[in-house]
Amino acid sequence: MSAASSDLLTLVAGIFGVLILASAIGYVLQQRLSPNGSNAAIENLNARIKAWWIMVILIGIAFVAGRIGVLVLFGFCSFAALREFVTLINTRRADHWALAAAFFIVVPLQYYLLWAEQYGIFSIFIPVYAFLLMPIISVLRGDTERFLIRIAEVQWALMICVFCASHVPALLTLNIPGYDGRNVLLIAFLVIVVQLSDVLQYVWGKLFGRTKIAPKLSPSKTVEGFVGGVISATLIGAALWWITPFTPVQAGLLAFIITLMGFFGGLVMSAIKRDRGIKDWGNLIEGHGGLIDRLDSVVFSAPIFFHIVRYWWSL
Amino acid sequence: MKAFTTKAAAAAIVVFARAVTAVRAIWPEEGLPSRPCVYFANHSSHGDFVLVWTVLPPRLRRQARPVAGAEYWLKSRLNRFIGRDVFNAVLIARERDQRTEDPVTQMAAAIDAGSSLILFPEGTRNQSEAPLLPFKSGIFHLVAARPDIDLVPVWINNLNRVMPKGEIVPIPLICTVTFGSALRLAPDETKDVFLERMQTALLALSPKPAGSGE
Repeated sequence: MSAASSDLLTLVAGIFGVLILASAIGYVLQQRLSPNGSNAAIENLNARIKAWWIMVILIGIAFVAGRIGVLVLFGFCSFAALREFVTLINTRRADHWALAAAFFIVVPLQYYLLWAEQYGIFSIFIPVYAFLLMPIISVLRGDTERFLIRIAEVQWALMICVFCASHVPALLTLNIPGYDGRNVLLIAFLVIVVQLSDVLQYVWGKLFGRTKIAPKLSPSKTVEGFVGGVISATLIGAALWWITPFTPVQAGLLAFIITLMGFFGGLVMSAIKRDRGIKDWGNLIEGHGGLIDRLDSVVFSAPIFFHIVRYWWSL
Repeated sequence: MKAFTTKAAAAAIVVFARAVTAVRAIWPEEGLPSRPCVYFANHSSHGDFVLVWTVLPPRLRRQARPVAGAEYWLKSRLNRFIGRDVFNAVLIARERDQRTEDPVTQMAAAIDAGSSLILFPEGTRNQSEAPLLPFKSGIFHLVAARPDIDLVPVWINNLNRVMPKGEIVPIPLICTVTFGSALRLAPDETKDVFLERMQTALLALSPKPAGSGE
């Protein structure tokens, strides 16, 4: 067995261990405190743990299926996230073809470019080409009502849900000396650090949270949860250095950046939800809300993480 | 053989509708009536009754029949197959002078035979900016003939954005179908009061439009 697959196996065993432990704790809590499902927090916790199992298994299958599996999985995530986003924005009849192009041309093409490893066009396709072509398609219908708002919102939807999200599987295209065939572990590193940071901020906040950090945006986020979550996720990131091409200090530093971006990504996406007057982006994942509710911190950290690694580690 | 193809077509339509719209149903607290009833919904897209039909639990779906315009659903072989065989629609003639049967009699007969109806009291697709068009009086005459039938308001949200009139490519946006509590005709209720009450009940299920925060 190669070092890469034995590392992956160790990692999978570790993740399963954590999930089994979480499920056991959830079960005991439910038996003790909420035998008839009366405690909403515990019911939500168990729904989340169940959803975690499904997500880990899906990502696991994608990893086993290799590059195509990962691209299909994230391509689907982009599609589903875009659908949640566009459902909530201002669009009019005149945007019909622009939206059809976003779903059926931009999403597949962006992931095809990753498959073809065309980094040059991949990195500008949405910010340049989609940015210019979307309003052109819309303007042909001659509807000027709220035009700037409409095209800006579609562009934002594409940037967040497709461009940013596609930087997670883009990690597979990096060519890092001495790290051949192990790039999938970079995805694992990013996803584990971001998601654990979210969970740990929640846990620290529940245990010690006193001072609200952004009461207008997200009443559950506290300074104590933020500091505790960032520090513990950074330490876990550092401890995962063995699956990355980084030294422990570098891994910790990158985990710190990922965590910060994730936190602020969550805040920005909360602000959009407030603006739209909704609580969750959708209902795809039980206990988590929509897909974007789970992805918000990943999409903000992925491009930054990708470019740091690309600049300093890749050929 | 025919039963098999209609079942397969019905299953394919459900899968397709769910894939495109990721449709989610929102039920009233007390659940849907288990006896035959009339689901009445807003109408803005050809796919409206497909969506209501798709989200109904299978047991209730089997007894539900959409009420639809005969001239459209008898137009071609495919339309006939979908309208008559797959959905078993109660087909009524829109033009008064082409009628051989009274629509209210047709609907009442379907109810008497144990079916539920999916009805669009606006009578036609709403292409206006107004949330609802005025109701036609058919629903009143139906409940006047069958006063103990439950009326369930159903708000279909977003489907008009998925497939606006005249477009051929659907945009896969998320749709919701919200069912309200069952209503009945009150004794001595006049037509206008009744129709007004039904419209209010239906409108009450509509969410605030996206972008209303501005």
